[in-house]
Amino acid sequence: MRRGLPIRIALVAVVILGSLLFLYPPGPVYHYLYGRPDGRPEASAPTGRGLLPRTLNLGLDLQGGIHLVLGVDLDKAIEAQVERAATALRSSLEKKGVSSRIQRRSTTELAVELASPQTWQAAQAAFNELAQFESKEADQAAGRVVLALRPREATTLKELAVRQALETIRNRVDQFGVAEPSIVQQGENRILVQLPGVQDPDRAKSLIGKTALLEFKLVVEGADIERALRDGPPEGTEVLYQRRVDKETRQETRTPHLVQKKALLSGADLATARVSIDQTTSEPYVSVELNPAGARAFAALTEANVGRRLGIILDGNVHSAPVIRERIPSGQAQITGGFTSEEATDLAIVLRAGALPAPVQVLEERTVGPSLGADSIRQGVVAILASTAVVALFMLVYYRLSGLIANVALMLNLLILLAVMAGFHATLTLPGIAGIALTVGMAVDTNILIFERIREELRSGKTVRVAIGAGFSRAFKTVVDTHVTVLVSGLILFQFGTGPVKGFAVSLMIGIAASLFTAVFFTRLLFDLIYLGPRRVESISI
Amino acid sequence: MFQVFVDPQYNFIGRRRWAYLLSAVFILIGIGSIVAKGGLRYGIDFSGGTLIQIRFEQPVPVDKIRASLEHIKMGESVIQEFGDPREFILRLPLVETSAEAVTKQVQDALGQPGGPGKPEIRRVEFVGPQVGRDLQIQALYATLWSMLGILIYIAIRFDLKGGLASLAAIVHDVLVCLSAMSLTNREMSLPVLAALLTIIGYSVNDTIVAYDRMRENRGKGQRRGESFAVQINTAINQTLSRTILTALTVFFSTAVLYVFGGKVLEDLAFVLTIGVITGTYSTVYIAGALIVDWTQWVEGRARGKKITAKA
Repeated sequence: MRRGLPIRIALVAVVILGSLLFLYPPGPVYHYLYGRPDGRPEASAPTGRGLLPRTLNLGLDLQGGIHLVLGVDLDKAIEAQVERAATALRSSLEKKGVSSRIQRRSTTELAVELASPQTWQAAQAAFNELAQFESKEADQAAGRVVLALRPREATTLKELAVRQALETIRNRVDQFGVAEPSIVQQGENRILVQLPGVQDPDRAKSLIGKTALLEFKLVVEGADIERALRDGPPEGTEVLYQRRVDKETRQETRTPHLVQKKALLSGADLATARVSIDQTTSEPYVSVELNPAGARAFAALTEANVGRRLGIILDGNVHSAPVIRERIPSGQAQITGGFTSEEATDLAIVLRAGALPAPVQVLEERTVGPSLGADSIRQGVVAILASTAVVALFMLVYYRLSGLIANVALMLNLLILLAVMAGFHATLTLPGIAGIALTVGMAVDTNILIFERIREELRSGKTVRVAIGAGFSRAFKTVVDTHVTVLVSGLILFQFGTGPVKGFAVSLMIGIAASLFTAVFFTRLLFDLIYLGPRRVESISI
Repeated sequence: MFQVFVDPQYNFIGRRRWAYLLSAVFILIGIGSIVAKGGLRYGIDFSGGTLIQIRFEQPVPVDKIRASLEHIKMGESVIQEFGDPREFILRLPLVETSAEAVTKQVQDALGQPGGPGKPEIRRVEFVGPQVGRDLQIQALYATLWSMLGILIYIAIRFDLKGGLASLAAIVHDVLVCLSAMSLTNREMSLPVLAALLTIIGYSVNDTIVAYDRMRENRGKGQRRGESFAVQINTAINQTLSRTILTALTVFFSTAVLYVFGGKVLEDLAFVLTIGVITGTYSTVYIAGALIVDWTQWVEGRARGKKITAKA
């Protein structure tokens, strides 16, 4: 049985050295392995990670930070698209001299009513331009038709909306400046945002969650706002409010404006946005600069509407509605509205990063302060150490030298567990620490199964070497069985788990898998080294 | 050699009726407690809501916090001391405003003159109603899937009878854990679910060890003309030290975790600890005992059939 011993020793040595390398890499290797420079100050400074090596990726519950699950309102994204199609159809029908009434009947459907059925043929051409829609319930005699968004188009739109939202949020977070954020899609319409170490959750959340749809709409001149509020706005217009909060009294006033539904320009036409300070009032405002096409459109629009009022609308709220004095060729505009400098900075960020395709809603939020994270680390490390100490002491007392061997294997198990977590960039969470403490108790189980079997073989009168061989091989099948069952529930927990709890499944599974190597392969190697020498072995310490 | 059990010969199977009674009584008390308390208490992970963990500079009586929260009409909130007389958990019902707005309100209310003082906000968790409902359903599926997975594995490795008996033991363990949680007023949360799933996978381990032994013994036992009950009893006795020792080390770990792991991990550690104990017990008295009763029942019916056939 001494055959293969050098290879086995070499394998164990490689595993140990590899694990150490992943856990405590020297500078240049660190950069190579983890793709970031050595000694991240932002991640290691506030957390007080204690004994945990800095190569370990700590979860938000340990280093502090925000965990957000956002739901993208996909119906709203579809509605917006359908509304845009309605606007396009309206102007296309107008051009063809067809007068009509177009209304959104449901999320995906437009009800079109022609003023005269004679225009049916002419209208068809306009309908066909909307390739995303199919006509149904066509009634030529009455001049009525329903245009429905094709289901496939709706699906594509939804996917696009989520992807775009993800991209936009990523842009905003990047500009906000968070170290190592994680922004991923979760399920059909959810986005998981994890921001380690962010101190001001309120601000981060409003920055991420703001739709930031900037629109320029003409205010309807001489409109009877009272009547619009009472009987509903005329077709093609809508009532939007201008909110003003008095700084002294904190009273909020809402002024209604009747504006045209059609946006003449939107945030998509923006080149950039930045914060400026008004020289006279020293109030911050956001100045936006349109891209060349937007600037041309803006010039034309201002030229055609001198004397009228242009509403600057953000997320359905009128920020201001200045009168157009003259043609503005520069493509420069200002958004004012009594901002604090922080608000103005954040507005500039969201305008630069672009609008979300649909509103998002916070479905789940977990914020952990850094002090709690540090406490958790301390308690967790103590729990792991105490668990290891108690279990190791027990093994030593009960199995003596063999117990010592099992304990060495246990240390190797912990080393491999942490190294694998570091190497795979897995995240260590507080439940993950519990998983490690539990792994300690479970990993030695394998050794107990083997040792008890060896004792039994010895009792049946076998020699030491035979008993060791029989003990390992007979226990092996049982060991595999017991590992499989724990791995089964671990996998299901991993599949199900969110955030911290997933970390529990991760560390438990890695620990259990590693114990196959340490408690069977490595322990066997130590046994062979001790008892398989050329000398006769009379007794075994087990 | 240090040894706990030297060739044990306990008659476990013979006393199984008492064990059934014990399990039934405990689970009935547990279910009674769950029903009396209007169902399992769900933490915010499953029920939705807002949780705020705060810490004051000085120890503060709960009444004082409640009085302050009355002013912002949150007196109904659950207020619990959390591992330290300065530290508290507030559980607020679902509200329309954002978690931040509520947190600020709470912090301001507590910081009012005459109040307990402005606390440090240590943790804020908000779970929307939709997420809570989703998690409830997912949790149920996860539990059922892991049970099914283990049933299938045991059925393939041993036989369907063994698989079903193990499943019964698992269900028993989960019920015992839930009962213990209800009796100690603990909440069903995500970490607790993690503990339950772990127990589902772990408690079946000893059962496997005993079954394995029984299968190894089968030839010998049958030659000696031993009944199935005796064979099982022998296998359980032979693997007893293994069963107890493996459970003991895990028990050490979970107990240490319960004591040192901090308040956040307490429930998880509690359920793991209970689960390890009941898992060991159920190996002997549920998985082992049920399979005996089942085999005897099947044999009895087969004999009955033979008799009728002769007549």
